[in-house]
Amino acid sequence: MMLANPRVNLVLGVLAWLATAALCGLPFVSSAPNRLVAGEGVVLLALWPTLGWPVTFVAVGLVALLSSVWLTPRGSAVACGGLALLLMPALLWLAGAQAASAVRAAAPLATTSLAGGFWLATLLLGLMVAESLQRWRAGAAARAAVGLLGLVLFGGLLASGACDALSLLKEAANRPEGLASAVARHLHIVGLALACTLCLGLPLGWLAAHRPGVGRALLPVLNVLQTIPSIALFGLLMAPLAWLANTVPVLGRAGISGVGMVPAVLALTLYGLLPVVRATWAGLTQLPPGVLQAARGLGMSAGQRLLRVELPLALPVVLGGVRTAAVQTIGLAAVTALIGAGGLGAVIFEGLFSAAQDVVLLGVLPLVALGAATGSALQTLTDWAQRATHSHPGAVHD
Amino acid sequence: MIEFKGVSKSYGGTLAIDTLHLTVTRGELVVLIGASGSGKSTLLKMINRLETHDAGEILFDGQNITTVNVQALRLRMGYAIQSVGLFPHWTVARNIATVPKLLGWAAPRMAARVDELLALFDLPPDLYRHRYPHELSGGQQQRVGVARALAGNPDLLLMDEPFGALDPVIRSALQGEVQRIHRATGTTIVMVTHDLDEALRLATRIVLLDHGRVLQMAAPMDLLAHPANAQVLDFLGRSDLGIKRLSLQTVLSLARVQSPCGGPRLSGSATLREAVSLLAQHSLTAVDVTDASGAHAGVLHAADIFQPPVSRGAAC
Repeated sequence: MMLANPRVNLVLGVLAWLATAALCGLPFVSSAPNRLVAGEGVVLLALWPTLGWPVTFVAVGLVALLSSVWLTPRGSAVACGGLALLLMPALLWLAGAQAASAVRAAAPLATTSLAGGFWLATLLLGLMVAESLQRWRAGAAARAAVGLLGLVLFGGLLASGACDALSLLKEAANRPEGLASAVARHLHIVGLALACTLCLGLPLGWLAAHRPGVGRALLPVLNVLQTIPSIALFGLLMAPLAWLANTVPVLGRAGISGVGMVPAVLALTLYGLLPVVRATWAGLTQLPPGVLQAARGLGMSAGQRLLRVELPLALPVVLGGVRTAAVQTIGLAAVTALIGAGGLGAVIFEGLFSAAQDVVLLGVLPLVALGAATGSALQTLTDWAQRATHSHPGAVHD
Repeated sequence: MIEFKGVSKSYGGTLAIDTLHLTVTRGELVVLIGASGSGKSTLLKMINRLETHDAGEILFDGQNITTVNVQALRLRMGYAIQSVGLFPHWTVARNIATVPKLLGWAAPRMAARVDELLALFDLPPDLYRHRYPHELSGGQQQRVGVARALAGNPDLLLMDEPFGALDPVIRSALQGEVQRIHRATGTTIVMVTHDLDEALRLATRIVLLDHGRVLQMAAPMDLLAHPANAQVLDFLGRSDLGIKRLSLQTVLSLARVQSPCGGPRLSGSATLREAVSLLAQHSLTAVDVTDASGAHAGVLHAADIFQPPVSRGAAC
């Protein structure tokens, strides 16, 4: 039936059906009498007797979502995107309500954690929002507005206390300072590593572009560096840094050692170099030769050419590399917890070692949010730079 | 204005420019022409030091160009190239103001100069000032490119195959504009081209190059009338040498003063080449010639084209 109508948006339709199936078939939350025993899955429809109105509300939302696929292309994009955006916090609210009612009904120790159906449906709904924005050809402002709206909805829901009975939020409440300091520590590591990557990577990329010999030597080295597994690189750095700290006591007192922040930042810097150097090199070498020749022939000095012509024109490509490096560094920084650098990785590993899934999520969720926010912010910046330089493919006529 | 004194340059053992002597005087429009690999583009780029020479010296206004600051030297020379190379992230106005900005002109003076140049190239300033290069056609881009080269009131304009990438109609229009600007401003121009017709039309002097040497240096008419050797003759194209000469003379120069014969009319500024074409097309022996205002100015006889007129006053 969907195929019979050429106007039906297949991607949105499939995502909507999958989300509905996930909510009907998979356990929505998992309940246990206390946090020590394994939980038991509860499907969404089983919540009907206790939470009639919220379940009805979500069900109506799903039906509306499934039927809005048949609207005009633009209409379905707007309707699906809007409904999906509203359904995501509604699901969380429903789970929170169930958790609260379980505590009221059974025992104060009862735990309710989010289960597969919730996560899968939320992911699919998120994809629908992204796909709708794409179909709608949303600009940077519209994307930012949608992102902000999502942030307000989820933030308001969490702040209202409606979900406080969920085990995830209970765990978070147990360690308010721990979590905040883990995020701060993570940002500290990432910020330092990114600053080093940019300070080294941008000049190296410029050098590689202007001295072909340097480029030919440097890029393969960075390529090989990128293929070393991160744990192995930490190990490789550990021994020489420990030796350095021992032989030169001043360095040891300055905080250099085989474990902790220094090897973490060093390793992350090395990993970040490849995307930044490669993007800077590519951005500078792909500039139209005529433009460079004109800049030289008209009498610009090397510095004027770099600041007025080369960098502005290469900016979209360079920013793309910075985005890759930033997102990658945020993710990899979690692994540095293994060598004692701390951060969100420490929370994740603590959860893994004590088999506490909610603690793992407590580390993973901020990590995902951080990566997504950084990625989309830099993407917006890249798009802006692309429009400012008129270098996107659609605008080049020569 | 520019003097090449025994200048040589080689790339990996092969001579690109071979002990070349050349003097360009103020107000000339010198066209460097030759087959690819003749060194014409290298020669041009040596003047603004985009290429360095290995031997000999190049003087600009009596000063050895290697002794002055290279940026200062280039700021005194306009530079326009085939690929135009407009800065895509700048508006037309900002592109044209590139050199004035580098020279540190005040904003009102720059704005006035931009508008003056846009008007000179038939691009209404109000319409084009704020456009971006990608919003212009190829011909408009090259107009802006030449305007940018002229913006700093350079002593010398260097043009490297500026119209090579344009279609014939637009190329011809731009050639006309360059000719007009050269006559109006008296700016010295050195231009590289591989298009003989362009060279014959624009040049006050043509420098024909081959393998880094000058084959012949002469005014267009002299070059066609007295090719120095067989190589020059080959380059000029033996078979249509006469036709090329006809395209350098105007109809008015051979028209007889007599009353109109009727039939097709030709503008006095048309070339003899166009006249021959018209005569052949209509199987005529004579055609009426008009002046710039369209009034009758005389009659052109086919016989006069092929044999300089001795006695005037023949009937139609």
